Amino acid sequence: MRKVFDFHGGVHPLENKHQSVRTAIADAGIPPELVIPLSQHIGAPSNPVVGVGDHVRKGQVIAEALGFVSVPKHAPSSGTILAIEERLIAHPSGHSAPCIVIATDGKDEWAPLPDTRPYESLDKAELLELIRHAGIAGMGGAGFPSAVKLSVKAGITIDTLIINGTECEPYITADDMLMRERSDRIIEGAKILHHLIAPGETVIGVEDNKPEGIAALRKAAEGSGIEIASFPTKYPSGGEKQLIEILTGKQVPSGGLPSDVGVVCQNLGSAVAIYEAVVEGKPLISRITTVTGEAVNEPQNFEVLIGTPVSYLLQKAGYEPSKNDRLIMGGPMMGVTVRDPSVPVVKTTNCLLAPTPQELPVPPPAQACIRCGMCAEACPASLLPQQLFWFAQGKEFEKLEHHNLFDCIECGACSYACPSSIPLVQYYRASKADILHQRKEQEKAEHARLRFETRQQRLEQAEADKEAKRAARKKAAEARAKSAVDDGNGEDPIQAAIARAQAKKAAQQGGGNESEQEKLEKTVVAARKRLDTASKKLEEAKVDGSDLVDALQSGVDKTRAKLDAAEKALAALGEAHAAVAPESEPTDAAQAAIQRAMAAREAEAALSPAEEAKADLEKLEQRLEKTRSKLAQSQASAGEEKVIEALTSTVQRLEQKVEAAQQALSETS
Amino acid sequence: MALMRLSSPHAHGPASTQRVMLKVLVATVPGILILTWFFGYGTLVNILFGSVIALAFEALALKLRGRPIGFYLSDLSALVTAFLLCIALPPYSPWWLIATGMASAILLAKHFYGGLGYNPFNPAMVGYVILLISFPVQMTSWAAPRGLAATPGFLESVQACFLPATFDGITMATPLDVLKQNSSLLIEDLWSQNPLFGRWGGLGWEWVNIAFLAGGLWLIQQRVFTWHAPIAMLATLTLLSALFYDGGSSASGGSPLFHLLSGATMFGAFFIITDPVSSAVSLRGRLIYGALIGALIYIIRVRGNYPDAVAFAVLIMNFAAPFIDYYTQPRTYGHSKRGEQ
Repeated sequence: MRKVFDFHGGVHPLENKHQSVRTAIADAGIPPELVIPLSQHIGAPSNPVVGVGDHVRKGQVIAEALGFVSVPKHAPSSGTILAIEERLIAHPSGHSAPCIVIATDGKDEWAPLPDTRPYESLDKAELLELIRHAGIAGMGGAGFPSAVKLSVKAGITIDTLIINGTECEPYITADDMLMRERSDRIIEGAKILHHLIAPGETVIGVEDNKPEGIAALRKAAEGSGIEIASFPTKYPSGGEKQLIEILTGKQVPSGGLPSDVGVVCQNLGSAVAIYEAVVEGKPLISRITTVTGEAVNEPQNFEVLIGTPVSYLLQKAGYEPSKNDRLIMGGPMMGVTVRDPSVPVVKTTNCLLAPTPQELPVPPPAQACIRCGMCAEACPASLLPQQLFWFAQGKEFEKLEHHNLFDCIECGACSYACPSSIPLVQYYRASKADILHQRKEQEKAEHARLRFETRQQRLEQAEADKEAKRAARKKAAEARAKSAVDDGNGEDPIQAAIARAQAKKAAQQGGGNESEQEKLEKTVVAARKRLDTASKKLEEAKVDGSDLVDALQSGVDKTRAKLDAAEKALAALGEAHAAVAPESEPTDAAQAAIQRAMAAREAEAALSPAEEAKADLEKLEQRLEKTRSKLAQSQASAGEEKVIEALTSTVQRLEQKVEAAQQALSETS
Repeated sequence: MALMRLSSPHAHGPASTQRVMLKVLVATVPGILILTWFFGYGTLVNILFGSVIALAFEALALKLRGRPIGFYLSDLSALVTAFLLCIALPPYSPWWLIATGMASAILLAKHFYGGLGYNPFNPAMVGYVILLISFPVQMTSWAAPRGLAATPGFLESVQACFLPATFDGITMATPLDVLKQNSSLLIEDLWSQNPLFGRWGGLGWEWVNIAFLAGGLWLIQQRVFTWHAPIAMLATLTLLSALFYDGGSSASGGSPLFHLLSGATMFGAFFIITDPVSSAVSLRGRLIYGALIGALIYIIRVRGNYPDAVAFAVLIMNFAAPFIDYYTQPRTYGHSKRGEQ
């Protein structure tokens, strides 16, 4: 016997499983209409590949998988595509979703099945592709695509492959009946999975409240090396994390995957579906569903085609709507109430529960939390539900996360145990949604902030680059000028100025047009590129049926318009450029200034030092004459004393200067 | 019928707050019977009158707060408070003492804080401490046990409650008092000389404690609360009294058995510190909470000025409960350390 471990918490709700195991699995038959939702599980919805009015045969692909976490959908029976439209589905929020509706013809004609090969001869990738193509998604809980769950990353060794036959929810007996009636298929499926995963051991875990099923499995498993482990009945031992702890004693790290502790889990029903896909080539188009509750007269299990309306199935079990006020898809602990019985059975529908109001009474109004701690004792994740409740009421999100709200598996054990009848799980769901929403908002804000900062940085960088270039140019110019002066024989600064000015002028005239043209050419090229990518995106969006199509379309139109404008402008510029006549001799101010400067320089350069001194002397003598005559005038007209004084001193200074100049002249000559 | 939309889970367990409260009430019955046997009808009259007053105050508070009266009265929490406070009061307490205590418990300690589930302190103990501080004479005179004086009849007991001036009962110190006052006698001499002492604890008191222990064990068996806090408290009390027993000298604090079976030890362990609202909730937290109460009880009993200490110890630890809870979060599934990822 295998050593089994216990997990913290858990509750013991009334089993109520005996009602639906009295008869064998019945065939629910072919309903007149099948409704196949394009999304039946976590991950991307699939994409329809049939049109309205097409005839389809049983097993034919009607919708292709989109993306990695997605599986195709197959026609569960032959008939005609009636519509591809929004239909009500079983969802907590009671919303509609796109569905393919098939009007069945009752012939149940199979499409040709692919040839199969012995699974031993198939490699891992081939097997995964088969499983994926057969549309197999987890048939117990969230319906995660099986091929994804089975794709273990390279380098990770799996010690234990667990087939989950726990079925811990009250009322549900679908897996129990599978064990009793199809244990061979379960074991074969388990063998295929064993071959695929190559684990150290393969274990089928079953709660000990299914002795017949366990016996049947043990018999079928003889000699196969597959172990059947049974353990005490306690809700929620069928939760993946709880089952892993029961069978291995290990806990999956928070936020991690079972493969982190060397475990891969698969549902029992999925194992059978995998057997049928690999060995018989049949896609997943039907499942076992328990129909039970006191509002049905013949509670039992049915083999149901996916897409069968719930109302059709209920009627098969003798449903009395007058007795029923609450219709639950799934079990009484985690099931979802169905608003309208027209919703279809999907790949995860393990149970339809139609209880009477006496059987599952509406909860009484919630009383005050007395912090009795019964919820904490019941919690399989070892959380403190009463504290979480307190924080949830106060919307204290940080405290909620600190108390590990996101490790809550929403099993409902706390609500079940609460003496004050507080809908605890409801509070946690709402808080989780609030927190996720808040996180998304924060992410958006953070993204916007980063974008802004990056832009700001880019602008600053561009400015700094420009400044640096400017500084470098200035420095180079100064260095050039200095070296010219130092060398004496170097380039004349004036010549350099002339050359620079001429270059600038030339650039302004012909080059100016050229750069504009270049700019326009660049614009055209860029616009073309943008138009290409935008068109591509638009195509993709159209294929996806994304709601961005309109936005993308307008984007493409705008880009095209811009491109046209740029091309026109370019053409116009080309013509204009051709039309401009060749430039005449430059006659602008810069040129004139240069010429003047040159003339002055030449004149100055022509004078010898002696001549210079002579010229100075002449100038001084002239000034002396002028001042003297002014002084004589002032004295004659008896002007102010001060003026006379000032003029007298000026005359004296000038006389001295003239003397100095005469001396200098005599020295030079 | 139109189909309802409800969120899971759809099944609900058998537990209900009424049932929890009712079980607590039932579990006090053996203790009440033994109290009545040894000390007369005083406690019973306390409880009868106290329950009426408590329900009246509860209804008044609910009305003032605009809450549905019938719905909240039916949770029986007011009745539990009444029972616990009236058991703690001395038998033959006058009506005004009981009424003052109930007003403090129900109005002040419970509804001023937001009603059931929101009170940080144990309402019965708040009522008790307010009375003990305000009316020390009435609160420390305990009836003489059967065998040492004649116990009054039922009518006399009612008279003691409503016409206290005309009642002339015999009161004595409690064994805890006597031991605290003792400074000259060896424990053994004290036991043989003072008729207040019984086989292990005080005369009568030992049986009262055993009765409350029985009620408490039944509540644990019924899963009304877990064993953690009571056992931690009793273990600490035992340990400390054993450490400081010093073989029974005249300065001895009393034997472990004496402490376990005297005063309000068992009543406190199973009916007071287990009040879920005002105590720590995590299991490790409850261990710490109970152990610290046990230590405080011993310290106050032996070193303090009050003969018994349960009420003070509980109120002091009520302060600490949220703090203890914060640091004793259980390790969540899939997390390596407490409070970490």
